Amino acid sequence: MNKITTDICIVGAGPVGLFAVFEAGLLKMRCHVVDALPAVGGQLSEIYPKKPIYDIPGFPEILAGDLIKNLEQQIAPFHPTFTLGERVEDLEKQEDGSFIVRTVDGTEIACKVVAIAGGLGSFEPRKPAIEHLEKYERKGVEYMVRDPEQFHNKRVVIAGGGDSALDWTIYLAGLCKELTLVHRGTTFRGAPESAAKVLSMAEEGQIRLILKSNVTEVHGEDNLEAVTVMVDNAEPYRIEVDNFIPLFGLVPKLGPIENWGLELEKNAIVVDTEDYSTNVEGVYAIGDVNTYPGKLKLILCGFHEAALMAQSAYNIIYPDKKFVLKYTTVNGIQELQ
Amino acid sequence: MEDAIKIYVEQESGERIELEAPLDMNLSVMEVLKANEFPVQAVCGGMAICATCHVEVLESGELPEMNDDEAYMLETLPHATESSRLSCQLRVNPDLDGLVVRIMPEA
Ligand SMILES: Cc1cc2nc3c(=O)[nH]c(=O)nc-3n(C[C@H](O)[C@H](O)[C@H](O)COP(=O)(O)OP(=O)(O)OC[C@H]3O[C@@H](n4cnc5c(N)ncnc54)[C@H](O)[C@@H]3O)c2cc1C
Ligand code: FES
Repeated sequence: MNKITTDICIVGAGPVGLFAVFEAGLLKMRCHVVDALPAVGGQLSEIYPKKPIYDIPGFPEILAGDLIKNLEQQIAPFHPTFTLGERVEDLEKQEDGSFIVRTVDGTEIACKVVAIAGGLGSFEPRKPAIEHLEKYERKGVEYMVRDPEQFHNKRVVIAGGGDSALDWTIYLAGLCKELTLVHRGTTFRGAPESAAKVLSMAEEGQIRLILKSNVTEVHGEDNLEAVTVMVDNAEPYRIEVDNFIPLFGLVPKLGPIENWGLELEKNAIVVDTEDYSTNVEGVYAIGDVNTYPGKLKLILCGFHEAALMAQSAYNIIYPDKKFVLKYTTVNGIQELQ
Repeated sequence: MEDAIKIYVEQESGERIELEAPLDMNLSVMEVLKANEFPVQAVCGGMAICATCHVEVLESGELPEMNDDEAYMLETLPHATESSRLSCQLRVNPDLDGLVVRIMPEA
């Protein structure tokens, strides 16, 4: 089991979580950042990496993806550590007031302060409505391709018609023993090159492409063994498989955050605007995940909240030191060793 | 009222809740649903890139044609049906008077 010790554990690697690392770093506090997604950036990387943003001070225009790259560069001197691709499931308060943060895969982070920067929640795969699908999760049913090698020489069915379904079909075709792409539509509106490539691979017999169809059932004892495919107006049929990968994009779900004993209002965590602390001492909530009178869900507002959170967290982490506000122009950025 | 139309949201029970949608504010059906506190996340704020405003149209007059972005999104949604639409792409206009929608799971 992975065990990490840090000053502040930041839940969520969106822009606000990343900037919190910077603000904490200036005050010589170490951060460990956890995100359910395999990459940093939150909504900016997941939903709109190529969209320009116009309301970041000092940047008349910047692409969302570039803002994230810049934030990564800005926090590099503070050497934050990351656990990516793991959702935080619970927070446990210790007797001495510190916390253990646990992820779905059993990683444990011991910290003095928790800053929740969870945005709209963790991005979870959109699951098709197939009975008993959960029974086979990680036993043949995968919603993300984490390690393509896992599908080496396997019989795989991918479902979906978006870019990730197309991209993974192209990538996995050479690896799998047998690959089928099942798509409800008749056309692909994803990147035209990828769509053309998939169609030509199907013509050449490198993959099996079943259009106007859905996977409607999953079968097997303990592990997945077969799926049923229903083709428009035709008899359903079974395909023997080792893996089924439905790729229908991601939806944000507040999920576990709801169970952490925090005061919530309409799916957001209620905070005190003095320091963005929650009703649990030592737990802060910043960015889209919090709510207070006048809240605006903007990156800029989350940045401000991160700065105030860090000042308040300092008093918990260094109870004996008196904090003196310094501008970065006075001392520059001093790396944490 | 002539400067508003009626939109109905069908509940699981079959009950239809009537909403008034003003014509002069250039709202989308998604915005009308949100304003009436229906559980529509609308994460992307109406850009047809999140599909968290997915509805099924049960009754309607003439609906606007789908643009490519909406069609792409719907084609890739696992729960979409022939009558699915993204409510953020439906602008409130007189043709939509009497529209009946059902909010789809995950919307
Ligand atoms: C299309 C679009 C355009 C936008 N344009 C602008 C704009 O121009 N200007 C602007 O200021 N704002 C804009 N926004 C809003 C902006 O994206 C958000 O305010 C911002 O992303 C909030 O940042 P965040 O770090 O709080 O949360 P997010 O970006 O949502 O990041 C939260 C992260 O936390 C992770 N997470 C949540 N729960 C858990 C958990 N339990 N375990 C592990 N990880 C977890 C999630 O996976 C996610 O990566 C736009 C939003 C959208 C969708
Ligand atoms: S609000 Fe995102 S697709 Fe409609």
